Amino acid sequence: MTLVDNARRGRRSIFARRPFFTLALVVAVGYVLAAIFAPFVAPYDPVAQDFNAMMQPPSGAHPMGTDSYGQDILSRVIFGARYALIIGFFAVAIGAIGGLIVGLAAGLSGGWAEWALLRLIDSILALPSLILAVAFIAILGQGVDKVVIAVGLSMIGPFARTVRADVLQVRVQLFVEAAGLMAIPRAVIIWRHILPNVIYPLAVQVTIRISEAILVSSSLSFLGIGVTPPTPDWGLMIAEGRAFVSFAAWMSAMPGFALALLLIALSIVGDGIREEFDPKLRGKS
Amino acid sequence: MLRQAFGKIGQTLVVLFIVSFASFGLLKLAPGDPIQIMLGSEYSPQAYAALSAELGLDQPFWTQYADWALNFVRGDWGTSYVARTDIFTYGFLEALPVTLTLASFSLAFAILIGVPLGVLSAVRKDTIFDAGAAVFALTGTAFPSFLLGILLIWFFGVKLGLFPVMGYVSPWQDFWGGIYHMILPALTLSTYFIAMITRLTRATLVEVLAQPYIAAARARGEPGWRVIWVHGVRNIALPLVTILGLQLGTLLQGTVLTETVFNLPGIGQMLTSAVLGREYGVVQAGVMMTATLFIVVNLLVDLSYPILDPRLRDRK
Amino acid sequence: MNLLSIDALTVDRGTARILDRVSLDVARGETVALVGESGAGKSTIATAIMRLLGDARISGSIALADAGDLLALREPDMVRLRGRRLSMIFQDAGAALNPAYTVGAQLVSAVRRNLGLGKRDAHARAVELMTQVGINDPEARLSAYPHQLSGGMQQRVMVAIALAADPDLLLADEPTSALDVTIQAQIVRLILAQTRARGAACIFVLHDLALASQACDSVVVLYAGQVVESGPVRDVLDNARHPYTRQLKSCVLEIGRDDLVAPEGTVPSHEDMPAGCRFATRCPRAQDRCWADAPPLETARGSHRFACWNPE
Repeated sequence: MTLVDNARRGRRSIFARRPFFTLALVVAVGYVLAAIFAPFVAPYDPVAQDFNAMMQPPSGAHPMGTDSYGQDILSRVIFGARYALIIGFFAVAIGAIGGLIVGLAAGLSGGWAEWALLRLIDSILALPSLILAVAFIAILGQGVDKVVIAVGLSMIGPFARTVRADVLQVRVQLFVEAAGLMAIPRAVIIWRHILPNVIYPLAVQVTIRISEAILVSSSLSFLGIGVTPPTPDWGLMIAEGRAFVSFAAWMSAMPGFALALLLIALSIVGDGIREEFDPKLRGKS
Repeated sequence: MLRQAFGKIGQTLVVLFIVSFASFGLLKLAPGDPIQIMLGSEYSPQAYAALSAELGLDQPFWTQYADWALNFVRGDWGTSYVARTDIFTYGFLEALPVTLTLASFSLAFAILIGVPLGVLSAVRKDTIFDAGAAVFALTGTAFPSFLLGILLIWFFGVKLGLFPVMGYVSPWQDFWGGIYHMILPALTLSTYFIAMITRLTRATLVEVLAQPYIAAARARGEPGWRVIWVHGVRNIALPLVTILGLQLGTLLQGTVLTETVFNLPGIGQMLTSAVLGREYGVVQAGVMMTATLFIVVNLLVDLSYPILDPRLRDRK
Repeated sequence: MNLLSIDALTVDRGTARILDRVSLDVARGETVALVGESGAGKSTIATAIMRLLGDARISGSIALADAGDLLALREPDMVRLRGRRLSMIFQDAGAALNPAYTVGAQLVSAVRRNLGLGKRDAHARAVELMTQVGINDPEARLSAYPHQLSGGMQQRVMVAIALAADPDLLLADEPTSALDVTIQAQIVRLILAQTRARGAACIFVLHDLALASQACDSVVVLYAGQVVESGPVRDVLDNARHPYTRQLKSCVLEIGRDDLVAPEGTVPSHEDMPAGCRFATRCPRAQDRCWADAPPLETARGSHRFACWNPE
């Protein structure tokens, strides 16, 4: 298949052609490794409070300092990567699967049902994902699992829109029409012809939107309505440090830069992947 | 053209209906019995039934929705127990203007800074300036706004002491004081948009500047600045307005975070405290206001296309 | 003294040499045709005279009477020449008019800028110009947007804009290639009549040799960025010395179509351009010498010149 060929050709040379992409990918992989091996890498227990070492500036013993409970910020930042990536990944998975179902339905059904589904997608898109997630949190309550579900549900809209656009593109292609003429069962057409062409761009979308999911989830935590303390969540840590910014700026800054660096790295990786693999963009730059 | 406009307005009404229905229905699903919460732990079945009837909660779902929607349109949005005021006053008259002020300041910043940056970047394509603008655009779109806000507070507020770091002063009452209080929040919120507009302006303007009508304008003796600003920038208005309309959601969600960082009493703060206090009526109001704003602005964007591009006026 | 005198104009873009030591003269009021296949560099000459080539590297000189070498002018001085002494008409008028403004706005702004007229006078002048280029109901047309006009009408507007300030030299870059055959002749006649009426010189980029022979005073035949033959139109056409000119002529005669049918074969790409005569790869009369050395321009008679080792 041509798509696979293109993907392979891209993978062989992409690192040489895109130094920023390579650097960003190394950073992102570093975060993943830190998240996986957090218990081995982190110097302290992320929730161990030490009231003899509260709000200490960065030092040899605490490279990123300590917070107002005397918790080691470096350890919390490392464990925070775990939460950020887990929440980001599962939330995007929910959004992608939901978006795939709604998008397929909207793209394949015709007439009245299609019109209704399109208006439904419009309605979801009318609310920015953070506001939508806030609404879901209002119903679900707080906690890591709730954040995953709320953020995931709030991302269905954008996924559904791109899936539908891809379905429409495939639908007009001749081979699908021909297959339809030959009275092949609908399920087979979807499985053999439509899904493969939709899944691929969807996978690209997933890599791009993981950073959005992480941003929205840490925003919820920052607002104080996402993950609950003492979970080592970056958004939460930034919010906790906000009150002390005038004399203990590292409390917000350290988790903040951890988050910013991951988001920037992911967005460069996402841009690179999109430019390399998105057939609509290929040949443009 | 008129038919098209009516079609768009019709679609918009349907979307508004779905949003209102969903925000009503979803919050019906919320755990906890509102009557129980209001009455506390000790109550008689009679009191329960009486309050239920008073609030209309004994009615069928559709009747409840119709009542709710009708009241919503009338401006009767219920009462907030935390803010001790009715939600319409609290949300629409007090919180919404704060959010809109912040959003318009940020949008103004974004356009006034982003468009010139993008234009310069496009005109000086492939120079160091262009590369710098590209790095700024990338970092600016990925950097979390709430972190930026804290950094700005730390630097301009704490270290330099140049700007107030908290609180809201309405520019409608005290114009200069309002602006002064709005600069850091608006800068925080607009950084993403400045970066995005820079990127978009550069990309679209590079294409426009390659068009024959640009060469033709130069060939008839138009000076460089006029060619770029009058003939070039005029033709990127359509993509710019489209993206701004679509990104309004991002702007609104940014206000939620910025309001929390700078302690501004807007919709964001209202929503957050409502979620913590489990005040579903307030959450509904916040969701409805945000969605309506987004939908109406995008309707206006759609309707403005023929103004922005004369070629769209004669389409059937 | 000539109005325009181009000497050894060379244009490089990247590694490609688009124009190679092109020289040509234009007298006041003269109409010169630039003829050749697409890619020969005809349009590049016109664009280079206007100094609108962008990031290409240019050497040589383009001397305009009373202005000196255009390539040495500062940009603000060049801006003052454009539209006033030098004007250009483009291939596709539909694309050369800004879609966001009415044709009136574009014409009036050119009139105001280049004639220094006030708003009211400029409008009156615009109406007059529209009438001159054969547009009925000029008042109404002025408030039309470009897309609301036909291709021929758009090109008439472009002619009006270009001639608004009575320039000394009009550059017409294949002004009819985007138009219907039936309208092409009308537009060519319009441009010629209007330039003659104003005593303006005109460089006509064409790929139609037959049209060149009817409409122009002299012809410059270009091949792969070089001048291969030039001179008064009768000399060049009736007494063509270069084999390429002959081939172009026979193509027109054979088919008599509106567009030029290229002679057999293709122009070699910039990478494998022959060291000697660039036409050698397609020339029936090529000899060993043609492959080795580039032929210089030689004078046949008067101002008729050609570049060939083995002329006919």
